[in-house]
Amino acid sequence: MEQYTLQATNLTKRYGSALALDQLSLSLPQGRIIGLLGPNGSGKTTFIKLVAGLLSPTSGEIRVCGQAVGTGSKALVSYLPDRPYFSKQAKVTDQLDFFEDFYADFDRLRAEQMLKALGISPQARFRELSKGSQEKIQLVLVMSRRARLYLLDEPIGGVDPAARDYILNTIITNFAPEATILISTHLIADVERVLDDFLFLHQGRILRSGCVDTVREETGKSLDELFREVFKCLPNC
Amino acid sequence: MDWKLTGSQPVYQQIMAAIRGAILQGALPPGKKIPSVRDLAAQAQVNPNTMQRALTELEREGLLVSGGTSGRRVTQDEAVLAAMREDTLHQLALECAEKFMVFGVSPGQAAQLLLALEEEKEV
Repeated sequence: MEQYTLQATNLTKRYGSALALDQLSLSLPQGRIIGLLGPNGSGKTTFIKLVAGLLSPTSGEIRVCGQAVGTGSKALVSYLPDRPYFSKQAKVTDQLDFFEDFYADFDRLRAEQMLKALGISPQARFRELSKGSQEKIQLVLVMSRRARLYLLDEPIGGVDPAARDYILNTIITNFAPEATILISTHLIADVERVLDDFLFLHQGRILRSGCVDTVREETGKSLDELFREVFKCLPNC
Repeated sequence: MDWKLTGSQPVYQQIMAAIRGAILQGALPPGKKIPSVRDLAAQAQVNPNTMQRALTELEREGLLVSGGTSGRRVTQDEAVLAAMREDTLHQLALECAEKFMVFGVSPGQAAQLLLALEEEKEV
């Protein structure tokens, strides 16, 4: 039996009376870069937090390389939250120490090389760094792990186009064939050429999914165009 | 190499066109070793899987030849290169003709316009 890197079955998450994920099922194989795409409030961040083990599902099941979410799965998953969580007082090097302590698969040398290429001193404190720099550091840390599954929540959300290119390049060059990368974003035009596959999420359900180049071949449309078309007529977008 | 990957054509096809263009223009001469999938993917800012697919297709067309562990090279087979050149020019002519047709200009009339262009230069 083929083992999926990520498998979710009938996953439901409620916040009080609000339904964030509605009986969602999906399977992601290894070696792919997948876009998790949807308008605000469609359930992207909720899904990622469930897989990262930061939230518990109301019902349903998640397996990462066959393992239930827990200590074992967290060793396989590298998670980039939608905003940096660094302490303002901390130095960059403190954060490197932290990652080294926490994650057996963290490649410190690689992280240091990438920071050097960015011109960021390990002695810098986070309060001295711009939002863009903080986001880049966060990505460098996350991509320096040799994980099986990378969960990147809005990696290009708050940065300028040059920084976007840097971030996409970092993702591509650190992508190992045995890994799978799930990128959530609504900036589809910027990411579509790095994606193998896509998932359109709407009101906690998968509306459409497939291979990006197949969409281009069959519809003659870019993913961005398809997204606009699919979501134009839907309520609550 | 100039990677303009913006259209709504599949990305792997756009990459194939860019590489064919580079070969035609001489930026990638016959027998030239091309960079690794990973390096090319980083250059073009595309997914390595997509780059792999484009190179595999070009290999199937015979334009690239795989040397096993030594990587891929541009073919030195004159016949393959000539066929590719003819194909590409034919495609260009077709696209050009379609654009003229939009304005009701026939390929024959278009050819005259092109000839006139040449005469202008000579004057």
